[in-house]
Amino acid sequence: MEFERHDAPFLTPKVDVASIMRQVLYALIPALVAHVWFFGPGILFNLIIACVFCSGAEAAMLKVRRRPVQPALSDYSALVTAAIISFALPSLTPWWVTATASMFGIVVAKHLYGGLGFNIFNPAMAGYVVVLVAFPMHLNLWTAPRMGDIDYQYPTIIETIRYTLTAVLPADLGFDAVSRATPLDQMKTGLSNMQTFDEIHNNPMMGSFGGRGWEWVSNFVALGGIWLMLKKIIRWQIPLGVLAGLIIPTGFMYWADPGVHASPGFYLFSGATMLCAFFVATDPVSAATSPRGRLIYGAGIGILIFAIRRWGSYADGVAFAVLLMNMAVPAIDYLTKPRIVGHRKFEKWHHKSRT
Amino acid sequence: MSAPTFDLGTLHGGLRLPILKDESTARVIQHVPVPTQLVLPLAQHAGEPAHPIVGIGERVLKGQLIADADGIISAPVHASSSGKVVAIEQWPVSRRLGENAPCIVIECDGLDQAVYLSEPIVPFEKQSPDTLFQKILYGGIVGLGGAVFPTAHKLMEATTESLEYLILNGVECESYISCDDMLMREHAMAVVVGAQILLHALRLDRCFVAVESDKPEAIHALADALTEVQDGRIAVKQIPTIYPSGAEDQVVQLVTRKEVPTGGLPTDVGCLVQNVGTAAAVYDWICQGEPLISRITTVTGDGVAAPMNVKSRIGTTVADVVNFIGGYTERAKQLIIGGPMTGKSVTTDRVPLVKATNCILVLSETPPLGTENPCIRCGECAQVCPVLLLPQQLYWYACADNEAKLRSYGLTDCIECGCCDLVCPSHIPLTADFRSAKLRMRELEDEQARAERAKQRFESRTVRLEREQLQRAVELMKQKERIKNAGPQAIQEILERSGKPSESDKDE
Amino acid sequence: MWIAVITITGIALVAGVGLSFASRRLPANDDDLVSKVNALLPQTQCAQCGYPGCRPYAAAIVHEAVSINLCPPGGEDTVQRLADLLGRDAMPLAEPAQTNMKESVAFIHETLCIGCTRCRDVCPVDAIVGAHQFMHTILAAECTGCELCLAPCPVDCIQMKPAA
Repeated sequence: MEFERHDAPFLTPKVDVASIMRQVLYALIPALVAHVWFFGPGILFNLIIACVFCSGAEAAMLKVRRRPVQPALSDYSALVTAAIISFALPSLTPWWVTATASMFGIVVAKHLYGGLGFNIFNPAMAGYVVVLVAFPMHLNLWTAPRMGDIDYQYPTIIETIRYTLTAVLPADLGFDAVSRATPLDQMKTGLSNMQTFDEIHNNPMMGSFGGRGWEWVSNFVALGGIWLMLKKIIRWQIPLGVLAGLIIPTGFMYWADPGVHASPGFYLFSGATMLCAFFVATDPVSAATSPRGRLIYGAGIGILIFAIRRWGSYADGVAFAVLLMNMAVPAIDYLTKPRIVGHRKFEKWHHKSRT
Repeated sequence: MSAPTFDLGTLHGGLRLPILKDESTARVIQHVPVPTQLVLPLAQHAGEPAHPIVGIGERVLKGQLIADADGIISAPVHASSSGKVVAIEQWPVSRRLGENAPCIVIECDGLDQAVYLSEPIVPFEKQSPDTLFQKILYGGIVGLGGAVFPTAHKLMEATTESLEYLILNGVECESYISCDDMLMREHAMAVVVGAQILLHALRLDRCFVAVESDKPEAIHALADALTEVQDGRIAVKQIPTIYPSGAEDQVVQLVTRKEVPTGGLPTDVGCLVQNVGTAAAVYDWICQGEPLISRITTVTGDGVAAPMNVKSRIGTTVADVVNFIGGYTERAKQLIIGGPMTGKSVTTDRVPLVKATNCILVLSETPPLGTENPCIRCGECAQVCPVLLLPQQLYWYACADNEAKLRSYGLTDCIECGCCDLVCPSHIPLTADFRSAKLRMRELEDEQARAERAKQRFESRTVRLEREQLQRAVELMKQKERIKNAGPQAIQEILERSGKPSESDKDE
Repeated sequence: MWIAVITITGIALVAGVGLSFASRRLPANDDDLVSKVNALLPQTQCAQCGYPGCRPYAAAIVHEAVSINLCPPGGEDTVQRLADLLGRDAMPLAEPAQTNMKESVAFIHETLCIGCTRCRDVCPVDAIVGAHQFMHTILAAECTGCELCLAPCPVDCIQMKPAA
């Protein structure tokens, strides 16, 4: 009897890229629900627009590059980029801002560098940074959380859709009425105005440990992240690195002078820290690869987030921190090669031939 | 008596594979009857193929030497049953994945008559190590764990180093394969006495039998045999059930906590490793007088009707073996000799079962083809690599054909276990890529060596030509000097001798 | 502002003059570079580049800035490696290889050989042995396939065969 010939191994791998990306999306669902609960349905519309533009841009680029479109689209990586962009942008965002972020991220940061697996920079963060710098006004329009006791008005669903499509708020709702500074903004301005941490913390925008509303979204993001870690979709080195890189300097500063510095808990649970630690920094393509390298990469991001938030001019430094560490990844990988079993430490590899 | 599990080294990475050995271990080893035709390849071992010493038409007996070892590293081949040599011809073999190689074909007469033993069997304790080495060489014993390295040569080379332990490898970590398990269950005494013979030959006094923890029956059988012989030198060590803990370097690392140096052998850290099957084969030959003419093989997979372990004569074709156990199922699509991680897929079942055939695996599904995605740099491959390599980087450099970087990242240390393939979400055939990259590296090395030699010869030639030119110029100058110093009369004589008109003649 | 422009221009001029002075009067150690270039060449010593051997070609590349694409046995790989080493642009081979020299060796048909030693003298790696009026033969292990021996043979008794 005759048979076909193939190469070992003959057991089929159980994982594939599509299932990994899908699980990342599932892990973001609790956070999405929390976000909608606290900040309104804006994020859903942003998500739809981002998905449409990300997938469309990816399909267009694949056609231009003469690659097969269907297999690449079906690995869900464009949708993960879209999800992270929609989490990064404010919930009230006009569609062209979201579209620009998506298209830049996919076309320039991903495909012009070679497509999936070849990009140096995190596409979501690259897209976000471009619109941050190009549309500063729109990206400062953060809505306040719907906690009932905060004095602000919020747009209805229809008004949200209208704003998303036209960037026009209803006549009776001005920008000042619907938006408030984020907790990070308030902390920054407060500290530079020489207010103490406790004074700032008494503001109704501040929650128990992070910003109001934001801390709950962060909680759910962290839960999703821990679920991903348990399923071994992401490994513990990067999240631990980011969180440790943030907790250690902030903890030290807070311990040294609690009045003048924000607490580590505040840093951890406000803004996009948790999103970064579990979803953004763990993007496998742009992160370091060796286990030790990942710890260093994560710690670098944490420290940079702290530095930018404390001394930089942006309220939330996650995107810049990630992009800066992306640049350092080749060096990190090169310097953290593990010692191969059978090689001696601290010696040049000396090859003996088997005779 | 429980086996000690403490004091083991650590193994980085590795995978827990599905065991899939329940069906094949459900019944005792079945004996495949002697077939009508035996096909014995001349190259069943590492090193030079044996050369035949019988002619076509000659009658041979079971256990008779029919091909002699040839070259520095080689092993002989014996007839697995009595019969007539009908051909010495090309036949498909598993070593060449179904391509042809020279084989001796014997038509069996059904009598299974054994060759007469010229000398009585001497107890091994009374034989000197050198005698034992020669005997083991003559018996055609090779490593039955898969590498089929001639055992005698391995033992003789090992005695040049300082050894501490003998390790018998009964780990058998790959899925499906259970032949060593069944051997230890049913012939534990053969393994133990084999260990004693090897200890005597190597003049060692410490032996560990490494068995995986998913083989409790084998461990008990070995314990019982050890209790019977009361030999305190031999102990059983339980190894955690992780693939590839049964690879030679990994077993050494686990049992002795020492790493085999790169490019080196276990003897460099004081160990000699032999498969339990090899030890049993040594016992069969030294104590029972039967050379290596049969072995236990696992026949399994969802492509065969009744998976089981069989003991069959070397040279039985795979088709005959599968026929004996009940044939294929309709879903049989791939024939693999070896395990699912390191086995070789062959094109035909006419290939004979040889000394290296530890498993015949018939599978129904083929690996997915053409669905290779780009590498997403997830790093899972590095997490499972037992040698602590970075398969991802090796993959990039193999694609770029960057030989220097491949060497510095340790491609030659890759044991081709296949763990990285199984965890890659992009389904990249990493192990196959590394195999071709290794061949390419060897090609480049050979090319560089040749270029270096050509360069040296060219430079020597240039030097030689210059030297000859210089010599000629010097000699010419000396000659001219000589003639000039000899005086005008000498010149005259020369001119006269040569018949040319001399100066004085011309004037006249 | 003008002061800044003038200052910067002045610095640039001084630096430029200084660097060109240094590159002329303080040359790099060329011999090391010639050896490195030679190490990248395939050592067939076939003279297809126009130079009598690989080392002369390497010296010409380094000292006379001869173009790096003249070596057919080296192929595109060698051009790329030379380009990487010297910081020059890689370009296609000037004349693509006619035969794969590395995979063929010369073979003398002994029935035709007249023992003239012309081929022996011309082999760049001394891979032909033979004396005047005696049989000549090729040492196949040393032959680089350069084909320089084919032309001088007056009876055309040398043939290229694929290396075993």
